[in-house]
Amino acid sequence: MRELLSGDLPRSIPLAVLLVAVFLALALAPFLFPGVRSLETAARICIFILLVASYDLLLGYTGIVSFAHTMFFGLGAYGVALASLHLGRGYDSVLLGSLVGALAATVLALAIGLFSLRVRAIFFAMITLAVASAVAVLVSQMSGLTGGEDGLNYKIPRELTPAFRLGELFGVRVNGRVLNYYLVFVACLVLFLILLRIVNSPFGRVLQAIRENDFRAEAIGYRVVWYRVTATCISAVMASLAGSLFAIWLRYVGPDTTLSFAIMLDILLMVVIGGMGTIYGAVLGATIFVLAQNYLQALMGSAAEATAALPLIPDLLNPDRWLLWLGLLFILSVYFFPTGIVGRLRAGR
Amino acid sequence: MTAAPDHRPTFAQVALSDRLGAAAPFALIPVLVVLGFLAIGSSSSWLTLTVSGLAMGMMIFIMASGLTLVFGLMDVINFGHGAFISVGAFIGISVLIGLGGWTGAPSLLLNVAAVLLAVIAAMTVTGALGWGFERLIVRPVYGAHLKQILVTVGGLIVIEQLIHVIWGPDEIFLTRPETLKGAFTFWDAAIERYRLLAVVIGLVLFLAMRLVLKRTKIGLIVRAGVQNPEMVEALGYRLRLVFIGVFIAGSALAGLGGVMWGLYQEVITAGMGEQMMILVFIVVIIGGLGSVEGAFIGALLVGLMQNYIAFLAPTLALISNIGLMTAILMWRPQGMMPVVKAK
Repeated sequence: MRELLSGDLPRSIPLAVLLVAVFLALALAPFLFPGVRSLETAARICIFILLVASYDLLLGYTGIVSFAHTMFFGLGAYGVALASLHLGRGYDSVLLGSLVGALAATVLALAIGLFSLRVRAIFFAMITLAVASAVAVLVSQMSGLTGGEDGLNYKIPRELTPAFRLGELFGVRVNGRVLNYYLVFVACLVLFLILLRIVNSPFGRVLQAIRENDFRAEAIGYRVVWYRVTATCISAVMASLAGSLFAIWLRYVGPDTTLSFAIMLDILLMVVIGGMGTIYGAVLGATIFVLAQNYLQALMGSAAEATAALPLIPDLLNPDRWLLWLGLLFILSVYFFPTGIVGRLRAGR
Repeated sequence: MTAAPDHRPTFAQVALSDRLGAAAPFALIPVLVVLGFLAIGSSSSWLTLTVSGLAMGMMIFIMASGLTLVFGLMDVINFGHGAFISVGAFIGISVLIGLGGWTGAPSLLLNVAAVLLAVIAAMTVTGALGWGFERLIVRPVYGAHLKQILVTVGGLIVIEQLIHVIWGPDEIFLTRPETLKGAFTFWDAAIERYRLLAVVIGLVLFLAMRLVLKRTKIGLIVRAGVQNPEMVEALGYRLRLVFIGVFIAGSALAGLGGVMWGLYQEVITAGMGEQMMILVFIVVIIGGLGSVEGAFIGALLVGLMQNYIAFLAPTLALISNIGLMTAILMWRPQGMMPVVKAK
């Protein structure tokens, strides 16, 4: 177990309990919570855990702010979509699409990193914002290739679709959708453990040293630029693989689901809520956030209806204003809980 | 005891190549204009595009100048700057719509009065907002870039959503005041009046800013503060107050830029500030963080480039700015005119 977690144990009993609970719930999701919608939520949680963990490698461990993480996510997703569309349905095209997406993400991350990290880490935040928005616009304009705003629908191997029936298990109908879920779950778990391995390796320690004091790290003899660029590339590859899984799961890609700035904000919020600088923070942050997103917005809607007679309040509670509350929560958590849930739990041991 | 080494200071003149190197960015604008002329061929459309490119560049400069000074002075990077652009546009345009009788009349005096009132209202509100933003959001996170970026992004979202709450979720269309509508022809080229006005305002503002920065005492303190804040504080100036002043002025300028951009596009949305921020960041990066002249040149380059490319190859318009940024960073990794920092 210790080996599997790379020696980075939760170090807090409540945290360990929560992590095990999330793990069990996700591992048994198709049987514990049957139904299309809850399976959808579970898959989304898995993918976002991976995505947020890969972002945390950049933000929490290396101390670099990137706004292009959704771009890498989108590259992976569009890779799978385009490969499945043009090469026909099949595992080989899914695999090829993921690989090409990951490769493209690496090259792009390398280029951006070399350009901006060489000078000042703060350039990186601005340049990634510019590049990511340019890519998002490009994708929605090149409708011949990418389907534009409408996105792309495509076919994935038949064994992964609801049409493929296997029979019943514990009173739950097992079909291709469940297989697909387990593909997503296992892939995310493996990649998550790899990320855990990376941040607890000597390489990860150097990243943390750079976060704390880059000047001193350079003075000790580590090539700070090289480490920063490598971390960017690793994080980009992981994000693009998460995107590929998302594309396999949804059987649809579009700018809104993969490239939009709103998703970037979601990721930022998940990292901050869960706790920057701990990969476990990604698990809790993503789980809480996705659950809240799915179920709280309905609550806001009913609250807005209940207060419809009052002047400004229904406007503030309108489900479309969800981002307003997220933004406030975000600012407050950066101020008051910079270490997030995980940091709190570990401190309260 | 050894004798002190023989020391003979040399007074070398600044080499011609160094001086030329410092001035080289200024030459980029004419070069780009000439290149644009060669690529476009027709002189009338070239003139139209050049004027609109300059107008766009001036407006971006107005928005970018505050941001770059704030960064240079206090090492604060404000991602929330875009929110001031949007708020300025919404306040200004609301005032203009409220003064519909004045803007609809074909009288230059009434039109200008209405626009002036709108600008004053917008700048007052965004200036006040900037002051509040600095106190509430930026001040607790001095010195921590990571937190600054996160918190100011949060502030941007909140303000943008509040605009939705107050003005509703839809974009607002407007028409320009009567006398600013339309175009006149000059050498067969149609030149919109409003664009010419924007160029003039931008140029006046740039010259005024240069004058304040280079010829007044407060400008001297600001420039010295950008170069070496510790030294200025050690000499007894309260740089914090100067910084708050610059932050408020920068926010007010963002508001002015927002009104001008809204009148230019004739439509405003809550997300417009966020979109403009991307161009503003590109400008600030290629100009060199902290440098007003650099931001001016960068803004003009971006505006011209965007208009030329939009005419020659429409799909490449946004990519062209990224390409411009890449090229300039390859030439000068710190931006065109980096402000020397003693830290």
